[in-house]
Amino acid sequence: MSNIFSLISDKDSKGTSSATETQEYFVNMGPQHPSTHGVLRLLLTLDGEIIRKVEPHIGYIHRSIEKMCEKDSYQQIVHLTDRMDYLSCHMNNEAVCLAVEKGLQLEVPDRVKFIRTIISELTRLSSHQLWWGVMGMDLGAITTFLYGFRDREQITDIFEETCGARLTMNYNVPGGVMFDIHPNFQKRTKDFLKYFKEKLPEYDELLTGNVIFVERTKDIGYLSKEDAISFGVTGPSGRASGFACDVRKKDPYSAYDRVDFKEIIRTDCDSFGRYKVRIAEMYESLHIIEQLIDNIPEGDFKAKTKAVIKLPPGEYYQRVETARGELGVYVISDNKKSPYRVKFRSPGFSNLFALDTMAKGYKIADLVAMMSTLDLVIPDIDR
Amino acid sequence: MSNDELKNRILKVVPEAEFSEEGSEFLNVTVTPEHLHKLAEDLKNNAEILLDYMFCLTGVDWVSHLMVVYHLESTVHGHKMVLKVKISDRENPAVDTVSDIWKTAEFHEREVYDLFGIKFNNHPDLRRILLEEDWEGYPLRKDYKDEVNIVEL
Repeated sequence: MSNIFSLISDKDSKGTSSATETQEYFVNMGPQHPSTHGVLRLLLTLDGEIIRKVEPHIGYIHRSIEKMCEKDSYQQIVHLTDRMDYLSCHMNNEAVCLAVEKGLQLEVPDRVKFIRTIISELTRLSSHQLWWGVMGMDLGAITTFLYGFRDREQITDIFEETCGARLTMNYNVPGGVMFDIHPNFQKRTKDFLKYFKEKLPEYDELLTGNVIFVERTKDIGYLSKEDAISFGVTGPSGRASGFACDVRKKDPYSAYDRVDFKEIIRTDCDSFGRYKVRIAEMYESLHIIEQLIDNIPEGDFKAKTKAVIKLPPGEYYQRVETARGELGVYVISDNKKSPYRVKFRSPGFSNLFALDTMAKGYKIADLVAMMSTLDLVIPDIDR
Repeated sequence: MSNDELKNRILKVVPEAEFSEEGSEFLNVTVTPEHLHKLAEDLKNNAEILLDYMFCLTGVDWVSHLMVVYHLESTVHGHKMVLKVKISDRENPAVDTVSDIWKTAEFHEREVYDLFGIKFNNHPDLRRILLEEDWEGYPLRKDYKDEVNIVEL
């Protein structure tokens, strides 16, 4: 590995002998850089301020979750997935549980489907709130950070009351959820919906129409639809390039086939488009929760499963839509209590490597905005 | 395109391909390394098939052989398929890269190289991606031993 301590190192020039001689040079951005939101190193090749190449170096927090899964029971695997994309922890848990349920051919009660969908959407909201806060801060606006965290607190409080944890919730288990919802859950969620519906337009007022913000994001970080599909860029980042990749629409799971919501697709292909998709998705999430919260059916919160789960031999693939894009869980079973092989296709991994194509030819200061709008979570990339 | 139509189309390109629909929700096609690139190119570029979105690429160690698994989907037609390559040579496993067909494959292939030791011919930049460059062995292989970091229970 090259020396990460030397911030700037010279590189041989291409031998141009014009009057003003220019030289390409390398800059290491990270692994400890505030705007990477984790330990990610980007090796930038620069020509003055212009980016010529972005080479991501990952693996600083690789924990080999896939190898660990080969020794663990299915119930234990669920808890490891919290530590991938910690901002979409509920969806990650859900992906594994759905894969196991698919293998067992287990139909979970309707109540479980509704609870899972509501909490998924609350998780998506809290993830987008945090993203909105730190995105503003990356671009120099401290207020957004405070606003984002203020509103996110309401959701984490609901989670804490429901399952005891605020971030890594571990609320899903194969067959259902760990406990029934708290008696206050519906009331508190409805209070939150009312509260956040008033606050969300403030987000628009603060950033969306802000001249400085628009100048720094509009027409910056272009990613065409062909490239988005080829790189497998999913989630809001893919949909801003016109790629209809919402798994909730394509392959509905839990209660998504019973609610009415729009898949937000824009064709801007730039940082501003990615920003707008997430803001619009927050309105859609509110809309989904509204339809479900008063209609949670009575019944069990968990289907009966055996204490030791063994899946029939075969391959099971389950995809879910996390806040960052498509998470795929690929389980190969050989009828033992732990899987033969598990692969997590994480959205962050595929999204990150489109950065080189997006950033080429733009200024180094714009890179921060591009990374913010890709919404990277590093443990999700490294696994 | 239905699975049967897909099958017929693939048989025209690679007559030796093996099919299976058991134990999986997708159509599974297994080919040998020499046929992979030709078939992959056809699957991506043929307007009727157009499997343009690779949503997963990974490796599996079946002890008797290694396998690379490609999950493919068409964003236009909506059909999905799983392409598998069986590599019998465990000592020196190699298969052609498909990173020229699907760009995301470049990085997923680096991960498979890193964790399974499968080499991808003609890959533009085949290096370890998650582990350090001087790491010994390929951790996701079933015969991998690491007495320091893996505690056997």
